[in-house]
Amino acid sequence: MIIDLTQMQPGETGIVKEIQGGQGFVRKLQSMGVRPDKKITKVSSHFWRGPQTVEVDNLQIAVGFGMARRIFVEVKR
Amino acid sequence: MKINKILLMGNPNVGKSAIFSRLTGVKVIISNYPGTTVEFTQGYMKIGQERPMVIDVPGTYTLEPTCKAEDVACRMVEEGGLVINIIDATNLERNLYLTLQLLEKGMPLIVALNMWDDTKHRGIYIDVKKLEEQLGVPVIPTCGLTGEGIKELIDRLEEAKKKDLPASSDSQKWEKIGKIVEGVQKLTHRHHTLLERLEDLSIKPLTGLPIALGIIYCAFWIVRFIGEGLIGYIFEPLFGKLWLPLLMRFSAVLGEGSFLQHVLIGNLIDGKVNFGQSFGVLTTGLYVPIAMVLPYIFSFYLILGLLEDLGYLPRLAVLADNLMHHLGLHGYAIIPFILGLGCNVPGALATRVLEERREKFIAATLMAIAIPCMAQIAMIIGLVGQRGGKYVAIVFLTLFVLLILKGLILNRVLKGASPEILVEIPPYRMPQIQAVIKKLWMRLSGFLKEALPLVLLGVLFVNILYTLKIIDFFAYIFTPVLTGLWGLPKEAISALVVGFLRKDIAVGMLGPLNLSTKQLVVGSTVLAVYFPCIATYIVLIRELGIKDTLKTTSIMIVVALLIGILLNLIL
Repeated sequence: MIIDLTQMQPGETGIVKEIQGGQGFVRKLQSMGVRPDKKITKVSSHFWRGPQTVEVDNLQIAVGFGMARRIFVEVKR
Repeated sequence: MKINKILLMGNPNVGKSAIFSRLTGVKVIISNYPGTTVEFTQGYMKIGQERPMVIDVPGTYTLEPTCKAEDVACRMVEEGGLVINIIDATNLERNLYLTLQLLEKGMPLIVALNMWDDTKHRGIYIDVKKLEEQLGVPVIPTCGLTGEGIKELIDRLEEAKKKDLPASSDSQKWEKIGKIVEGVQKLTHRHHTLLERLEDLSIKPLTGLPIALGIIYCAFWIVRFIGEGLIGYIFEPLFGKLWLPLLMRFSAVLGEGSFLQHVLIGNLIDGKVNFGQSFGVLTTGLYVPIAMVLPYIFSFYLILGLLEDLGYLPRLAVLADNLMHHLGLHGYAIIPFILGLGCNVPGALATRVLEERREKFIAATLMAIAIPCMAQIAMIIGLVGQRGGKYVAIVFLTLFVLLILKGLILNRVLKGASPEILVEIPPYRMPQIQAVIKKLWMRLSGFLKEALPLVLLGVLFVNILYTLKIIDFFAYIFTPVLTGLWGLPKEAISALVVGFLRKDIAVGMLGPLNLSTKQLVVGSTVLAVYFPCIATYIVLIRELGIKDTLKTTSIMIVVALLIGILLNLIL
């Protein structure tokens, strides 16, 4: 099942499938380790559409809510 | 090979600065890259007889710039030099992207595999020999924290090699990296350390917010404890027992009532020098910056440096993101605010991390109006605190409410939306004492070099204005506002005049006026709001441009007028 990052549960792990957005945005995420076929784990999500924190390669990244909705992830449910 | 220039390059948060301070001596220079507002640090190291320059290049993920700091990093690469590419060993894959780009650029390269000690408990095993073969350049495991591997790094600098790899596309590079990592790295079970557990707790909202409040509370408590301790046990005795007798003798030599005595020593209160009220260059002029402000500056920057190096601030930024969105900013804008609490100048400089003009304008305006610097805070605590802690709280609470209100309004009024946060949260790392002390020293000497002359100048300036009766003229003009609207005596004008130069000494000038508690609260609040000090103002003009700075200025004047009237009516 493919969902966006905001729909993942804390602690859930999935595989990045697609990132929608401008080249700069995609490239920045790529260089931070978020790119298709990478394993991604949701760490936490903050109240009231706050930032989503995820872990990729041992490293945590905080992504704004709107950006997180443009990152699609495949999860097993 | 003769080495002239060494560039330290790597992703953000790989411990570049720790290695930088291991390689270079005490003398480091922070400067702006020509034509930009991006700062970088440079120093010199010693290899035998040579003293090559070492540049701590702003952290970057790629050589295709996505922000100003990265742009500067790229331009530094174009200028050439030997590159020490610092890699986070716990995050090989992502870090190697920059390495490949540097090799494709044909830079002479040597790799420092930093955070080496961290790999062990994270269950990461890296075959260094094999990585060296794959990359074709020397790879040295290092640990900036303990200094492990630094000597070997220096010894092998000469082995740095150019590779001139053919240019390849993004996906080719990632594919290549995948192969390299697969070949050299083995992952085994990782043991969670105490710090890692804390990492998780401090980023989850339910536990993170209470932890953040606790940390902020403790930080301020410690800052006050150390600050007050230094004042009470060191600086007050120093001034009272050593400096005072000297001044009294000097005063007698100058002669009672002479111009020089008036300027240097100031008014004698009951025939004695009073450091708080005499207002001479050598009395109050020295006492305020050194005995009242410096102790707080010291303790604030000590705690801030520890929190910075621990890696706590990005977490605070993420936790604050929600609140900041309502003010038209994203969470990272809390960094200029926190730095502004130390001194508004670095606070204003830090608005550079914000990319959009709207965001920068809001952050700079809010900070300049509602964030008092540590010098000012110290003076408010010292002066208003004598009337009771409640009144200090009123001043700071007023400023905080102003911050929130103005943010809400500006966010509504200005076109555009709040940008979103996208930031790496580095793992907690034990601060390296050496690096913390170095940073503290740079900030303290910066304060003494910049603030002390301005304070002395300010006191001199006001004394001369008094003598020439110019202050009386200003007081006459501004009486309607001062007395009519704010309920202050007209003599308070001298504090407002000096406030353009320095806020600490300006608050200090309210001391000798025999103000009522209410007047003191109104005076200190208005002084905090109406104008930032001249040094901050210059930075604002540079960062925002004249037009936006004028807008900010008019907002300040209006807000100062209103808040003064309001406090005068309510209290």
